[in-house]
Amino acid sequence: MVISGAMFNLKLICQGVACDRGGRRVLNHVDFEVGSSEALIVQGPNGVGKSSLLRVIAGLVAKAHGSIELHGGVDERSVAEQSHYFGHLDALKPLQSVLENLSFWRSFFEPAPFGDGKERENMTELEALETLGIAHTASLPAGYLSAGQRRRLSVARLLVVPRPIWLLDEPTSALDKASEEVLLGLIANHIHSGGLVVAATHLPLNLPNTKFLNLSPITTESEHMFADRDLDDYFEQGED
Amino acid sequence: MGWMKSLFLREYQLANRVGGGALIGVLFFLAVVTIFPFGVGPDMILLSRIGAAILWIGALLATLLGLDRLFQADREDGTLELLIMSGRPLELVVLIKCAAHWAATGLPLVLATPILSLFVGLDFQSILMVTLTLLVGAPALTLLGAVGAGVTVSMRRGGVLLSILVIPLAIPILIFGVSAATADTISSNNFIAPFLFLCALTLFGLVIGPLAAAAALRISGD
Repeated sequence: MVISGAMFNLKLICQGVACDRGGRRVLNHVDFEVGSSEALIVQGPNGVGKSSLLRVIAGLVAKAHGSIELHGGVDERSVAEQSHYFGHLDALKPLQSVLENLSFWRSFFEPAPFGDGKERENMTELEALETLGIAHTASLPAGYLSAGQRRRLSVARLLVVPRPIWLLDEPTSALDKASEEVLLGLIANHIHSGGLVVAATHLPLNLPNTKFLNLSPITTESEHMFADRDLDDYFEQGED
Repeated sequence: MGWMKSLFLREYQLANRVGGGALIGVLFFLAVVTIFPFGVGPDMILLSRIGAAILWIGALLATLLGLDRLFQADREDGTLELLIMSGRPLELVVLIKCAAHWAATGLPLVLATPILSLFVGLDFQSILMVTLTLLVGAPALTLLGAVGAGVTVSMRRGGVLLSILVIPLAIPILIFGVSAATADTISSNNFIAPFLFLCALTLFGLVIGPLAAAAALRISGD
């Protein structure tokens, strides 16, 4: 399907983005453009910086160079504040019920407009849970959920607060085949309704209007870089 | 405004549900205060003279006890990333978290103070003054501790480092708190001057604490 340029009301533009982590460069000169109703799939082997790229866009990691802009969005808000980030962590409080967890994010997260002036209907908590097939767990403490159910509850956050940009880091991990289908359907819906998606994955994702960005490893002058890497691993341990 | 209320309520609930919340802090406070008479010996005059200081130090340590988890728990489960991206001012988020944390763990310490004061032989007037100074000064400890919690958020054993960082900075609060609490009478200048300084430190903390902690949290994603 070809979409003419005139239909884009939002455009996420990254130019020459570079990022350093732990003293070594993990991203260099990343350029891409992705507009409304489009998906960008970021591909590449493990450790190539897919997650780092998403975290840079999400404003969680500072970029060393380059610019990230959203044209057509709300000017006074950063790109991160118009994005949903769906990463490896589920951001759930095990002692609160499924519904309490979701209600909190619904009332706390500030929604962002899609740039076309149309109001997006956000689902209620129960509708979102039903869509994801976990409505029966609504009153359970989130700590009792399985890994897959936790992921689904985490996705529900994206449904109850409308924001145009979805940053998805390995979105299908820990999901079974059926839930994966549901999630892909939801992402496709988001794309069709004018949202834009940046997904990092090493598995093929079947999404409409897809562009690809292939990241390749940066060759570095090694030696002391190895020392940095060991130090990184040491600090990372606590985060798993 | 709705988001502030839901954040406050959620933080308050979580602080109470995780690890006993108020009770743990109060029991720790009790343990610190009761150990002093055993160390000092049964000299009631000496105890009542240093009683206010004992209570203040006990409250300081009990406040620091739970603070290391203030942001660390959020960082570990990914909540912190979303708080930063939420579009809400992070300084305000930090302030609300501190307020909820204080309501759940600091306020019970203040409420327990009159009872614990009896253990160190304080008279009625002194009990009143210690409780009042703690009510005004303890929020400053929480706000100061929040800065330490923000700085140490990515460290695995941040709790000890947090205490090492915060205790020296808490000295002015302790000095003004204890000197107000040990004044002769509540109406004397000996009470009012340090008490006003204590109020000023808390107000100062209300501004500096959230600003500094939010700045530390913003760079913690790296």
